Amino acid sequence: MAEPIIRMNNIEKHFGAVIALAGVTLEVYPGECHCLLGDNGAGKSTFIKTMSGVHKPTKGDILFEGKPLHFDDPRDAISAGIATVYQDLAMIPLMSVARNFFMGNEPTRKRLGLSFYDHDHANEITMREMREMGINLRGPDQAVGTLSGGERQTVAIARAVHFGAKVLILDEPTSALGVRQTSNVLSTIDKVRKQGIAVVFITHNVRHALAVGDRFTVLNRGQTLGTADRQTVTPEGLQDMMAGGQQLATLEGSLGGTV
Amino acid sequence: MSGIVQGASDERVKEISSLRKALIRPELGGMIGTVAVFTFFGLVAYDSGMFNAQGVMNWSTVSAQFMIIAVGACLLMIAGEFDLSVGSMIGFAGMGIALLATTFSLPIWLAILLTFVVCIAIGALNGFIVVRTGLPSFIVTLAFLFILRGLSIALPQFLERKTNIGGLRELAEGDWLAPVFGGKVGTGLFQWLGDQGIIAVFERGNRAGQPVVDGIPMMVVWAVVLIVFGHVLLTKTKFGNWIFACGGDAQAARYVGVPVNRVKILMFMFTAFCATVLATCQVMEFGSADAGRGLLKEFEAIIAVVIGGALLTGGYGSVLGAALGALIFGVVQQGLFFANVESSLFRVFLGVILLMAVILNTYIRRIITGER
Repeated sequence: MAEPIIRMNNIEKHFGAVIALAGVTLEVYPGECHCLLGDNGAGKSTFIKTMSGVHKPTKGDILFEGKPLHFDDPRDAISAGIATVYQDLAMIPLMSVARNFFMGNEPTRKRLGLSFYDHDHANEITMREMREMGINLRGPDQAVGTLSGGERQTVAIARAVHFGAKVLILDEPTSALGVRQTSNVLSTIDKVRKQGIAVVFITHNVRHALAVGDRFTVLNRGQTLGTADRQTVTPEGLQDMMAGGQQLATLEGSLGGTV
Repeated sequence: MSGIVQGASDERVKEISSLRKALIRPELGGMIGTVAVFTFFGLVAYDSGMFNAQGVMNWSTVSAQFMIIAVGACLLMIAGEFDLSVGSMIGFAGMGIALLATTFSLPIWLAILLTFVVCIAIGALNGFIVVRTGLPSFIVTLAFLFILRGLSIALPQFLERKTNIGGLRELAEGDWLAPVFGGKVGTGLFQWLGDQGIIAVFERGNRAGQPVVDGIPMMVVWAVVLIVFGHVLLTKTKFGNWIFACGGDAQAARYVGVPVNRVKILMFMFTAFCATVLATCQVMEFGSADAGRGLLKEFEAIIAVVIGGALLTGGYGSVLGAALGALIFGVVQQGLFFANVESSLFRVFLGVILLMAVILNTYIRRIITGER
């Protein structure tokens, strides 16, 4: 495979006396969907927040396109091309889709030497991008609050891609969604991957991960249990790795199915 | 729950009637209220002189006072914060100008500029404390409500042994900056209108022949300028989008790179600026400063903003709506006077209309965000 677009090397993160990450290594390649799995408290959130510039690693280094990188805040990560879509903090319900789409990246037009928000341009681009993603809007001024959870995730993903993300981090995009909405978001992930963007898909749902993932990394208690390719994993194997042992297997036997 | 939609239209998205669409705008309450109060006073106070040149100028000036502070309060509220220190800031700023000009013998223009610098710095301090500590702005600015009111009484007491400083009109004579706040514009036009018989002129006395309204007070000009500025900033600029974003969801805004803290602090500074503009206009017009000025103005500003359709929780609102809210205030307050009704009824009206506006806003928000 080509060079990894981002390489997180032996990342450690301590919060006071708590060791949230105890040496995690991860490589992500362009055009792949890399699933990061782990149970609650495994360190997934801490890890992606380190990747997106919210936290600074206590130890370890980050190589982005082969060069070491230091983020002082999320804006650095965004301008480098690392975009993160958070589960419920992606969009502002009271604002229109167009205003949300261009939030932080407002297009401007000069008039009389002053710079104004370019509504026409913003509305046109928003409508086009939404059509491509399969979302029908009444108009660009429709409030995001009227969209479903899956549609909001899709708008947020489309926004990140439109503004030149090379690495797209999705923090549990499907965990609060219904079946149809989930499949919608998963197909969006597939579209994005095919454009050559590296997707880091965080989830604790093995079935969602297997639906779109190319490679899988499992976190458990702040450590990686290795990265596996699509060909070599089974749902049961991933599930066991996430739970960190055999307990789940026995539980599953008694319940008669996968969790 | 619209799922996978491929066709040209989604059968689950109902068309919204254009009437309903027209209703979903923040200014709705303000527009209804404006029509209602003008209709009401048009019926009960038409003969009282409320709608002749003098009467119009009277309630316009009072409305302008509300408008000036409502613009600042509106932008700040949309950015998700309150400022309860506006009223005290008006008293403090007025007293600042008066003391600097009299006790410290500074020229008026320097007194005004220094006061603006100090007050905007206090606004920035308000904002800085709010964004740094994460405390509700309600509490932080409540503290400044008391601090500033206390100072604007204590300082003149220490320095001059009184809480009302006069004689500023004489000091402002010939000053270059004072007319920007205390003067009138369009005096030539109004003289011409008087000469043409379009507006009334004084019949006798030493002002015989002069029109009864001799110009538009700078207070009104400031109100119009601030409304236009606020409206354009909010709806037509990149910064306006940031204001909405900060109030809508500060964390989501931060994640996409909006400098939330900077926006909030700037809005606190702008609110302080508006309060100081009003204070300066008052001082220049009355020729005096009083420690008690601006009492309860912070609440009146907030009520005007709410009538204008802004949500108390931030992220939604309109400067034009807030201006209409302020207009309603001015018209009712002066209208009760023209209609010869007990003026304390104004407060009853304030409470009632506030309640109605909040209920209407909640309903409108549900329509916008699709909640039930």
